[in-house]
Amino acid sequence: MFRKFFRRTPLAWLQLKREPTRFAVALAGIAFADILIFFQLGLAEGLFDSVTKPYTALQGDLFLINPLFESMAVVKSFPRRRLYQAAGVGEVRSINYMYIDQGRWRNPQTLKNQSTMVFAINPNDSAIVLPEVKAHLDRLKLLNRILYDRTGNADLFGKIVEPLQQSGSVPIQFNNIQTQVTGTFVMGASFSANGNVITSNSTFLRLFPERRADQIDVGIITLKPGTNIERVQTAIRSQIPDVLVLTHAEFIEHEKKYWQVNSPIGFLFGFGAVIGFIVGIVIVYQILYSDVSDHLPEYATLKAMGYGDGYLMSILIQESLIMAILGFIPGFIVALGLYSLATSVTFIPILMSVNRAVLVLGLTIIMCVASGGIAMRKLQEADPADIF
Amino acid sequence: MNLLLTVTKMSEPIISARNLNHYFGDGNLKKQALFDINLDIYAGEIVIMTGPSGSGKTTLLTLMGGLRSAQEGSLKILDRELRDASKQELTKLRGNIGYIFQAHNLLTFLTAKQNVRMSLELHDRYLKGDLDKVANDILTTVGLEERAEYYADNLSGGQKQRVAIARALVSQPKIVLADEPTAALDKKSGRDAVELMQKLAKEQDCTILLVTHDNRILDIADRIVYMEDGRLMDRPETT
Repeated sequence: MFRKFFRRTPLAWLQLKREPTRFAVALAGIAFADILIFFQLGLAEGLFDSVTKPYTALQGDLFLINPLFESMAVVKSFPRRRLYQAAGVGEVRSINYMYIDQGRWRNPQTLKNQSTMVFAINPNDSAIVLPEVKAHLDRLKLLNRILYDRTGNADLFGKIVEPLQQSGSVPIQFNNIQTQVTGTFVMGASFSANGNVITSNSTFLRLFPERRADQIDVGIITLKPGTNIERVQTAIRSQIPDVLVLTHAEFIEHEKKYWQVNSPIGFLFGFGAVIGFIVGIVIVYQILYSDVSDHLPEYATLKAMGYGDGYLMSILIQESLIMAILGFIPGFIVALGLYSLATSVTFIPILMSVNRAVLVLGLTIIMCVASGGIAMRKLQEADPADIF
Repeated sequence: MNLLLTVTKMSEPIISARNLNHYFGDGNLKKQALFDINLDIYAGEIVIMTGPSGSGKTTLLTLMGGLRSAQEGSLKILDRELRDASKQELTKLRGNIGYIFQAHNLLTFLTAKQNVRMSLELHDRYLKGDLDKVANDILTTVGLEERAEYYADNLSGGQKQRVAIARALVSQPKIVLADEPTAALDKKSGRDAVELMQKLAKEQDCTILLVTHDNRILDIADRIVYMEDGRLMDRPETT
């Protein structure tokens, strides 16, 4: 059957090729639509990656938060004794907790304040398990010592890394208190904040005098190996109904959901992608429609010769698929360029993923075939009786 | 006389219309285009249908070509009854008929050879063989071997019509229907075109029904039928 197919004259391809300008315009249109979709989806995924970065640095089986804790950017504390109560439910190996807040980092060069996320950990038992943080824990045991996320933009935070390598510590005014940066780590800027700082619980309480030691932001529970996490989760929930008890995956999902649903950002990106899709449909439809209109007598001639509707429809579908695939390729390449441009401007890493490439290719094919389907109605007008 | 001779010579007609009526429009606008057509055409005959514009010649031609379905009476083509035939049946029938149009109707995005191939590709028996060779052979026969790779737009009117003739006849159809094939051609090209049709048809024992106003080509016909106001009638003596 396929052999027969390839022996046939490739009408779809020949028709597209005969009008190179129109074909090029069609491909440019599809590429444009693809770029739009790629860019929107890429930014959205970059956003979600960036806001969940701190979460992936955490280690634990269950996480306790205030039900009003919406995201790292909208933190709400809860009483520390709730964590101790939860620890009373058997099978708990260890507990830990973290304070989170946003503080003002003063750029040592420009003296401008920069909003910064602060994660406070216990230097004897860090909840953040990044290797670089672990290596610097001893230095954090001293008061007013902080670690700096070196992916921060030097224009915003000042030059930190080089002076740190030379002298081993850099003085920084943080929340109007003199601190020393004694090391760096990598977490990445996010939509919540341009930069991150890690410090000890004790330093945190000094930097934020209004915060109380017994009001924590994230409670972390590590269970004994082999314990059924869901069972313990249910048990803690029934005992302490006024906090949220989440597994690690649920905790990440909680943050993502905030950006997807509660913030307009997720909607905007989705909207942009849908617009790209519609633009693509309109462009491909226009091209196919004018192709069919221009060649209507010729299609009617084919019908008169004995070709059925199915054959003519398959030509349109083939044209759609050819345009989809050939339009996708430049769209993909330009999107790669845009990703690296956006990454260098926003400092939020936006990467191409196989999943997204396959998704957009699929959308492109749906887009083109759908337009082909609409253009088919025009094909019905080709009446072989009219051409005599 | 001529008609009687033909009838006795042939056995089964290849095209047979009995009491065929045809209407356009609905309700008050309904207008009868064909009245009580009775016509038999036999294998290998070349029949020219002539008559004034609007007399219904083209309507009859489209009915016989399976391009419209017959409404009233009986119309048998290649032993198939076309009255109330389904779209699929008509499409299938059309594969066995060659068409030559006034406006050649070549596919403009294909070369001469590819246009001829399109006619062959409908038939499985050709798909298995060397399509290009068959197409080139017939283009050689119509004297266009040098133009096989030209797009239709780059051919002259006469050359286009010769490609159309090659396309219509390459798959060796039993019937060729032609509507004013010489109308857009000058005297010589027109003459060449119909002589080519005549030659190929005789070789393949193919029946040709040709609608024309062109008095210059009437002599190629075995038989001439005259149509006026939707009726077949005896040809008035013209000067």
